[in-house]
Order: sequence, then C-alpha cells, then structure tokens
Amino acid sequence: MNPVTGTPALFLAILFGAAFGALLHRGRVTDYDTILGQFRLRDYTVVKVMLTAIVVGGIGVFALVQLGFAKYHVRDANMLATILGAAIFGVGMVLYGYCPGTGLAAIGTGSVHALVGAVGMIAGAILYAFTFEVVRDTILPVGRLGKATLSDVSGLPTIALLFGLVVVAVGVVYEIETRERRA
Amino acid sequence: MTDIDIEGAALLAVPRRIDWKPYLAGAGIGVLSWVVFAVVANPIGITTAMSQAAGGATAVVAGNDVVAGNAYWKIHPFKLDYGMLFLVGTFLGALASALAAGTFRVETIPGGWRERFGDSVPKRMAAAFAGGVLVMYGARMAGGCTSGNGISQGLQLAVVGWTFLAVMFPVGIATALLLFRRPA
Repeated sequence: MNPVTGTPALFLAILFGAAFGALLHRGRVTDYDTILGQFRLRDYTVVKVMLTAIVVGGIGVFALVQLGFAKYHVRDANMLATILGAAIFGVGMVLYGYCPGTGLAAIGTGSVHALVGAVGMIAGAILYAFTFEVVRDTILPVGRLGKATLSDVSGLPTIALLFGLVVVAVGVVYEIETRERRA
Repeated sequence: MTDIDIEGAALLAVPRRIDWKPYLAGAGIGVLSWVVFAVVANPIGITTAMSQAAGGATAVVAGNDVVAGNAYWKIHPFKLDYGMLFLVGTFLGALASALAAGTFRVETIPGGWRERFGDSVPKRMAAAFAGGVLVMYGARMAGGCTSGNGISQGLQLAVVGWTFLAVMFPVGIATALLLFRRPA
C-alpha cells in the first residue's frame, strides 16, 4: 500500500495531530501535576498511557507489517547520544513539567507556562543546531548500532518479544491497580 | 431490610472502580499509530518538526544564510510539511478537547509547583523555559522525544526507543526527588 502524500497528507497531518492532542488531553497528560505526579511516583497515569499505547500500537503495527500494509521506521541507535540525550531530557521534563508533545497540547488547554516552555524548546532546537557539528563528531559516533531492534540484539523473534511485553505490561498494570486500591 | 441497607452493603463489597481513561487514551494513541504507519508512513513525533520550525524562526531573525550554512538545518530544512502541521493539529485537538470538556483554564502556576516553590510567576516561567531548552536539546541528541522515541520507536521494539525510556524515567524520578525535597 502506497502512503498518502502531497496536499491530502497535509490535511491528514492536522487531523491525526488533532486526534493525538485530544487523546493526550483526555488521558490527562496535558496536566503538569499528572506528569510531575509520575516522576514523584504518586500518580501512574503517564505509565498507564504510554504502556497501553506501546502495547496496542506494537501489536497492531506488527500485524500491519506482516500483512504488507505498513513498513517499520526504526531509527538509528547511537547509544552514547541516546543515553546522554535521554538524561538531559529527563531533567528538562521535570523542570518543564511536560514533554514536547504534551507541552504543545497543554498550550491548547490554557497552560501559559507550557507556552513559555515551548519558546524554550525552540531555543533548545537552535542551540542544538549550532552545536550539531561538535555533537556529530564527538558523541554520535560512540556506540553506533544502526537501526537496531531488540530482536536484532537478542536474537529472539519480534513476536516472542511482543508476547513478553504484553505479559510484563499486564503484570505492571495489575501491580499499579492493586497498589492504588490499597491506598 | 430496606433498599438503603442493601445499597450500603453493595458499596462496601464493590471494589474501587478502575479509572479506564488513561488506558483508553493510551489505546487510542496505539490505534492512531496503526493509522499513521499505514496511511501516511509517518510515525507520531514532535521534535524533528520543531527543529525545522526553529530553523524558520532563525532565518527570520538572523537571515537565510545563517540557516542555509548550518549542518543540522541542511538535514532538516524549514518547510511546511506533514510534521509541522501535525504540531498545529496537536495544539488544536487539545484546545477543542479542553473546550468541549469544559476544562480549559488559563494556568500560570500549577498546583504542585505552587505547593513547593510558591507564587512567583517569574520563577515558574524561568523553570519552564529552562526545562524546554533541555527537553528539546536532549530529544534532538537522543533521536526523539517521549512520543517519537518512547512510543513510536518503543512500539517497534527499537533499541533507541527503549534505551531512551530506560534512561529518561530514572533520571526524571531522581530529579523530581531532589527538586521537590523540602529544605530541612
């Protein structure tokens, strides 16, 4: 199946983006206190949303790829850059109270500090562009694995890993719900 | 026995209801992933397009030559494409959802922040700005954010996605622990 491109894709971009923004709001992750509640281990909404999205998305996209309706779009794993970047991101997300997607959506719900943080994000992107050559030459080459999947590095078939993910996810959700019931 | 007694007993026996909203929203994002993979071959992501937007903003302020000569913006040039309009949609969708649900409200200082850091608006805005800078810088270095890396790469079982999640969450938890620890 050929992907939709050109002007129709631009209309779909707004439609799919709107669905994403509405889902983030309905899942309550456009709320600063929900996000901070996750990092303070008081509110597991973020884990619930993300884990469900990954499991449901993972199974469906796997099926679509098997049936020839979609292709995987795996990105390069540059291990040092991913580890350093994720660490910087973790600190930033706690200060900001949002990630980039939930921040943009939160502006729509009336969060002024989300808007100020979005200006910060533009500044961060400019900073990255102007330091990119240094990062590219020093950090990106370290631990370059290419477009690696967990299946590639473990030698296990994707379907077995997905099954394992489902089992782990069910266990995590059961544990979260049990603890919340006791609280 | 009256009806009220039976109701009271039933209330005690019925366990606390599970709040399905986060799971439904998560499942919705999962299904949206099926659609975007199959229809536009463009996984959900935010920060690549934001980098392009930053290139556009820089071109306006510093001139086209600065952007044209930049190694990063050569890879991600400014253009009004699918990714950029997805960002517009994300904002509009949340706005529509908040208005429809009646939860839209102007917020300068969220409750949890006020409890710990007080009523200073500049203080909250400075933290949000600094956090925004770090979030974007980190996302670009890591190859994506919570959406593009965590969810879209995670659901493909990509090493980059799971590495991001495995580092980002513990670092965030440690940061929150330090930041929200009451001064002795």
